[in-house]
Amino acid sequence: MRFDAYQTDGFHDEMFDAAGNPRPEAKLLIETINSLEEGQLLRSQRAAERLLLQMGITFNVYGDSAGTERIFPFDLIPRIVRADDWDWIERGLKQRIRGLNEFINDIYHDKKILKDKVVPEEIIKSAAFYRPQCEGIDPPLGVWCHITGTDLVRHGDGQIYVLEDNLRVPSGVSYVLENRDLMKRTFPSVFEGLTVRPVSEYPEKLLEMLEAICPPNCSDIPTVVLLTPGIYNSAYFEHSYLARQMGIQLVEGRDLTVQDKTVFMQTTRGLRRVDVIYRRIDDDFLDPKAFRSDSLLGVPGLVEAYRAGNVALANAPGNGVADDKVVYAYVPDIIRYYLGEDAILPNVPTYLCWKDTDRKYVLDNLDQLVVKAANEAGGYGMLVGPHSTAMQREQFAARIQANPRNYIAQPTLALSRVPTLVEDHMEGRHVDLRPYILFGKDIHVMAGGLTRVALRKGSLVVNSSQGGGSKDTWVLSRNPEAAAS
Amino acid sequence: MTREKRPLLSRVADSVHWMARYIERAENVARFIGVNLHLQLDLPLAPAHQWQPLIDTSGDIEAYKERYGEVTEEKVIRFLAFDEEHPNSIYSCLRSARENARSVRETISSEMWEQINSMYLQIQLQRTAPHHDALPEILRGIRLACHMFQGITDATMTHDEAWHFLRMGRMMERADKTSRILDVKYFILLPSPANVGTPYDDLHWAAVLKSVSGFETYRKQRGRISPLGIVEFLVTDREFPRAIRHCVEVTGESLRVVAGTPTGATEQESERLMRELRKELGEAQMDIVIQSGLHEYLDGLQTRMNSIGDCLTQDFFMLRGEELAARARIGQ
Repeated sequence: MRFDAYQTDGFHDEMFDAAGNPRPEAKLLIETINSLEEGQLLRSQRAAERLLLQMGITFNVYGDSAGTERIFPFDLIPRIVRADDWDWIERGLKQRIRGLNEFINDIYHDKKILKDKVVPEEIIKSAAFYRPQCEGIDPPLGVWCHITGTDLVRHGDGQIYVLEDNLRVPSGVSYVLENRDLMKRTFPSVFEGLTVRPVSEYPEKLLEMLEAICPPNCSDIPTVVLLTPGIYNSAYFEHSYLARQMGIQLVEGRDLTVQDKTVFMQTTRGLRRVDVIYRRIDDDFLDPKAFRSDSLLGVPGLVEAYRAGNVALANAPGNGVADDKVVYAYVPDIIRYYLGEDAILPNVPTYLCWKDTDRKYVLDNLDQLVVKAANEAGGYGMLVGPHSTAMQREQFAARIQANPRNYIAQPTLALSRVPTLVEDHMEGRHVDLRPYILFGKDIHVMAGGLTRVALRKGSLVVNSSQGGGSKDTWVLSRNPEAAAS
Repeated sequence: MTREKRPLLSRVADSVHWMARYIERAENVARFIGVNLHLQLDLPLAPAHQWQPLIDTSGDIEAYKERYGEVTEEKVIRFLAFDEEHPNSIYSCLRSARENARSVRETISSEMWEQINSMYLQIQLQRTAPHHDALPEILRGIRLACHMFQGITDATMTHDEAWHFLRMGRMMERADKTSRILDVKYFILLPSPANVGTPYDDLHWAAVLKSVSGFETYRKQRGRISPLGIVEFLVTDREFPRAIRHCVEVTGESLRVVAGTPTGATEQESERLMRELRKELGEAQMDIVIQSGLHEYLDGLQTRMNSIGDCLTQDFFMLRGEELAARARIGQ
């Protein structure tokens, strides 16, 4: 299989420039693939898929019949990120996380940014993920967003933008690690001659961060656990994978109990104290005493123990206030307000439907825009204007008018593409990129992240629940033209 | 630097234990069906009621009658091997084993998980309308895969507390299954004393031994087939891996490790029951047992093993309320 017939179709392609010539950083990979024996690429692709199934690297599909598991489709052609692009992304992400963390801490304490009217107070009051129960809490090290999975996209203008921040319980990092592993097992030859930065240090860095945030009164070596909703959760594979990689206990809510504002786990030899919880349960279900009282997944009294400083939670409850897509529009102002700097990574221009002028523009241009519900994720509650029917647009117009606060709109981005195996040949498919950022004593950005790919032809929706797949992401430690000079 | 020994979550101990039980159950059912299929070939005119004892062995005759009505070979095999609604079918056992394994993947080894996962994927492919002639090979494949799982378990999982709970699950299930097959077969064969020594009778007794992979060992140890010899072999042999006494002894060893009760200290209830059962099996005389009723004896054994299982749950898997608080104080 060769790239001879490959077309960029006028999109920004991560491997080829507008004239159809290989980009310098992709040249070697393209040559390697072109030199492969006929059929080998396809064989490796099939082998990779078989391995995924055998290893049980699957996710559960909600709304499907119980117990349906699918593999998260993996495409063998990697996505390459230049060293200089990455340096810029890394600086931008660190700045953004620092600014957002300051913001969340301020929102749950003095609310200076609201008093100074940089962010409108009514936005926070009406934010679905603002949690009054978290007012006045001082998390260890003052960190609220320990693990973030920021979504980045490259538009047709070649510029990289932040699409979403994903501060609450971002998932997908296990696929990054497994994808790299799979690549090395099925297709080792393509790594030759390239300086791809490793990703395997992530579990170590994650554990280091989790141990760093332990409460001051905990034992010498803190007991860290990962709290999962259980095997029917769509991200269960990841929970179990990360627990295994870190060598920590994977617990469910029913394994934990709170006594005297201290968290214990039930073991065969009685109760053992827990110091740090990497929780993969949403705020709502975390503690029926503090949040939704009908939650069966959570641990009664957990938030009280957390507030008393007897247990650390990552991520901190309440941090989702900054995940609101209306708050997102203010992030450049937030960064300027707290850090006195301009944002390095730009936002996608965003229209806020609660503003009269913006709403009018949105309603007049629905067929051009992407409309998103302010508090949904996973590609749900979204209208892609140019791909929509008149009826869908009518429905969305009605929803926007009924609840303008809950909708934002953005121009439809021409997401960049990467060559992707489609049956027996290569076609361009749209991608995004989700790097993972850890914040404990300092900020660590994983080299790369999850490249999600919309496998359906022409689709812009990359979510796994909507026909998305993933690719290995290669961040180069130096650009090939630098090595040659 | 090594950390303090990692405590084992009660839920994990429970899941590991049941994972092993389900695998062992699947293996036993596969062997029972396989042996019966084989036996059928030697008894060409035998009616379908040869299949009834198999359902009796599983203890699920009522569920069968309700769903399938009359007893036929094809229906019994579907029920015992592939029925997704019958919780003790091979398919359901492998599915349950996998569910349990999935919930403890960070405790078991990756190799164990991959083996369970591939067994499950395999039977999913095989269970839709398997051809009659393909059955022996499918059943053999399941047995081997289960054996491989045992081997992988012992070779790749550290022999820690979780492993001991796993081994107890395997051994308690095995003891239960051996006692059931013996009970049911003895019940069928005994009412016809006139047949003792006839070729058909010997075939049946050989089939019992084959059902627990014990034929060759029995021959080496005891030579000719006799009902008393077989009962002694399957109940009181210490060394044969499927003999009830062997299974109980091994369970007892693991129980001692996980209970960790120092000599002289108060035993847990499960330990007390286990000590009594071991003592009794060590002293049991099978000729006397047969005279006073093997069925009652085996029934008693099963009840006592079930009690030990219940006590495991109380002593280790379900620590709640007051006892939790008391244990927390001791633990600190």
